[in-house]
Amino acid sequence: MNFNLTEERQMLQDTLRRYLREQYGTERRSKILESETGFSADIWTELAELGVLGALFTEDQGGFGGAGFDISVVFEELGRAGVVEPVLDSALLGGRLLAAAGKSDLVEQVIGGALHLAVAHGEPDSRYDLDHVNTTASDGKLTGRKAVVMNAEAADHLIVSAKNGDSIALYLVDKGATGLDIQGYPLLAGGRAAEVTLDNTPGEPLGLTLADYEAANRLALIAQCAEALGAMETATALTKDYLMTRQQFGRPIGTFQALAHRMSDLLIELEQARSAVINAAGYADDKDADLHLSASKNLIGRIGRLVAEEAIQMHGGIAMTQEYELAHIAKRIVMADHRFGDTDYHLERFIALSAA
Amino acid sequence: MDLSYSPEEQAFQTEVRQFLADELPKEIAEKVRLDQDLTKDDMERWHAILNTRGWLAQNWPASFGGAEWSAVQRHIYDTEAAAAHAPRIVPFGFSMLGPVLQKFGSKEQQDYWLPRMLDGTDWWCQGYSEPGAGSDLASLKTKAVRDGDHYIVNGQKTWTTLGQFANMIFCLVRTDPDAKQQEGISFILIDMDTPGVEVRPIILLDGTHEVNEVWFTDVKVPVENLVGEENKGWTYAKYLLTHERTGLGGVGSSEAGLKAVKRIAKAANHNGKPLLENPHFAARVAQVEIDLRAMATTNLRIISKAAAGEAPGLEASMLKVKGSILRQEINDLARRAVGPYAMPFASEAVEGANDRIPDPLDAGPVAGQYFNNRKLSIFGGSNEIQRGIIAKVTMSGGA
Ligand SMILES: Cc1cc2nc3c(=O)[nH]c(=O)nc-3n(C[C@H](O)[C@H](O)[C@H](O)COP(=O)(O)OP(=O)(O)OC[C@H]3O[C@@H](n4cnc5c(N)ncnc54)[C@H](O)[C@@H]3O)c2cc1C
Repeated sequence: MNFNLTEERQMLQDTLRRYLREQYGTERRSKILESETGFSADIWTELAELGVLGALFTEDQGGFGGAGFDISVVFEELGRAGVVEPVLDSALLGGRLLAAAGKSDLVEQVIGGALHLAVAHGEPDSRYDLDHVNTTASDGKLTGRKAVVMNAEAADHLIVSAKNGDSIALYLVDKGATGLDIQGYPLLAGGRAAEVTLDNTPGEPLGLTLADYEAANRLALIAQCAEALGAMETATALTKDYLMTRQQFGRPIGTFQALAHRMSDLLIELEQARSAVINAAGYADDKDADLHLSASKNLIGRIGRLVAEEAIQMHGGIAMTQEYELAHIAKRIVMADHRFGDTDYHLERFIALSAA
Repeated sequence: MDLSYSPEEQAFQTEVRQFLADELPKEIAEKVRLDQDLTKDDMERWHAILNTRGWLAQNWPASFGGAEWSAVQRHIYDTEAAAAHAPRIVPFGFSMLGPVLQKFGSKEQQDYWLPRMLDGTDWWCQGYSEPGAGSDLASLKTKAVRDGDHYIVNGQKTWTTLGQFANMIFCLVRTDPDAKQQEGISFILIDMDTPGVEVRPIILLDGTHEVNEVWFTDVKVPVENLVGEENKGWTYAKYLLTHERTGLGGVGSSEAGLKAVKRIAKAANHNGKPLLENPHFAARVAQVEIDLRAMATTNLRIISKAAAGEAPGLEASMLKVKGSILRQEINDLARRAVGPYAMPFASEAVEGANDRIPDPLDAGPVAGQYFNNRKLSIFGGSNEIQRGIIAKVTMSGGA
């Protein structure tokens, strides 16, 4: 048993944490949030240069990591700093799908920061179900609508799922393809997404099935849990500092037991969340991986809500302002529950899998 | 025990419902339903419609031009108005300052300010909180120094709701720096067009502009704008805080919110079935509904006490705590119900941007509202402060 990070991962964590602390302060982030593209191309390039994108891929795929713990280390730091750049969707989810399809030239560009991807899988009425796809493919032409597609506007290629006969397959669609319509909008917690419609749009079959999508989705779940954990760490730290400095009735508010005990509860639950992320990353290749991942995502969803709401409440009015860092962080935490299955979805899946 | 309304109350309910059906502008109701920002015009228009009917100042005595409704009548109106998606009456004049002027103001002040509230000449905002004085309001620092027939006011107020629309602000200011905290505070009325008053927006975490900072630099306020006696402001402020005893639980809003959640969850698909039929989601909804049914009755119990002339004490704090938690829980259900469509950000700031926001369940910006309504347990005396009051009164016999 050993709960220490390997030397490489420790270095990656230190480097990324230092870089984000220096380069991704509230002011910079606010500018990025308000920008038209919703993310910073400079930050993206620098993340690639730091090896952050490469750490999401195995050596075989041209990277130098790619395991559950590489992913969790990276995303915990991104979450801690409230990073809105689409690392999860563009690099991890998109990149790992292309790697699975053997597109090594494209993967190399992803790792180098030169290529952006978007994964268009969910549909307006699919909610969190992975096997609900109504978009159709016939003769390499795709038709249908995809919902809340992250990073769609910036993507050079979209990876689109469609029904080919009875089975779901994945296709690579060029951003300039005919019949492709992308209606973009900003997101509450930063970044941008779009509604994507395809009308007889040419797509190149990637030779991937729903099972391949599910495999990539497992990695996304690890990443999303870790990102939320990092954000919870920031929320908790900000709250602890505030309780020690904010004075009302002539004393720091943290000296009121009504708040002190709740702060302690947050610290207890934060340890639970950390363990849940370790479970997710550590059991990523286990035969019961889905059970573990659902357990983690459910717990992160529940604890995340608690942390976000309690952090705001214990701050009082100040936490309600867009300018204050906690506001952004709280939104990241709660919105994480709306990706890759929410608390209830994973509770249901956990029940089904543990009964099996 | 009888849980139903009297025949007169039922007739009143019908009257209110009819009025809302006839008079509430559809486009305003639609904005309220979808939680879109109302413009100043929208709010003034609704106030004017209510005023024409004599229903704007619902709790005021008829002698001041009010509707003089009973607590039950007000409850009926609140419930019907929430169900019809009528805008909330901006409370600062009618629920807050009005009653204070009626009790402590001079005849001249009453004759001058009250009619102007009714006809919409003045838009009032509340200048209590300061950056350093939130829960501990009595520590406020904004000071007013007497200089001939004026006060000179310096300092800063914050969290001033709808201050951007207001032309008048009622403020608590320190007039005696040497007295014990509560004893050196006065209640004054300040014209926001006076030189030295500056309003700066605060954008809330859901992107909305509903609160402001208000700065005062050497602002000259005529002494006739002092309400009551100098250094007695704390008494008036406390009266104001305890005056509005009903409607605190927001039962009407919760009922309307829960109805919306059910509608959304019926339309949302989960594994080929309506989400509302999913046992986990259905259980969450049922739990809230069960709590809400009990709270509606708690609310009515308090209202009938008030109607019988008894002063409700702790129940007001209890309703505030329970009511805010329930409303927040309903907001949480709504954001869950829309699934991934909770993520798009409908920004009022970017013109035309909202037309591009996908809303297939016709739910409006429910995630934004979830965040915005975190305020319910913070303002007007936070839930911690309310619990403190309940504990103090029940366990040591005095607030
Ligand atoms: C959206 C919004 C609108 C508002 N509108 C107005 C307005 O129009 N006019 C106006 O004057 N004010 C307004 N307020 C201010 C509001 O009344 C204050 O936010 C509130 O009084 C809390 O003060 P604070 O934010 O400074 O928090 P603080 O008082 O600093 O409290 C921080 C935390 O400490 C807790 N705490 C404080 N004291 C104790 C204690 N003794 N025991 C246990 N816990 C304690 C609080 O409950 C809270 O959790 C508004 C606030 C918001 C958020």
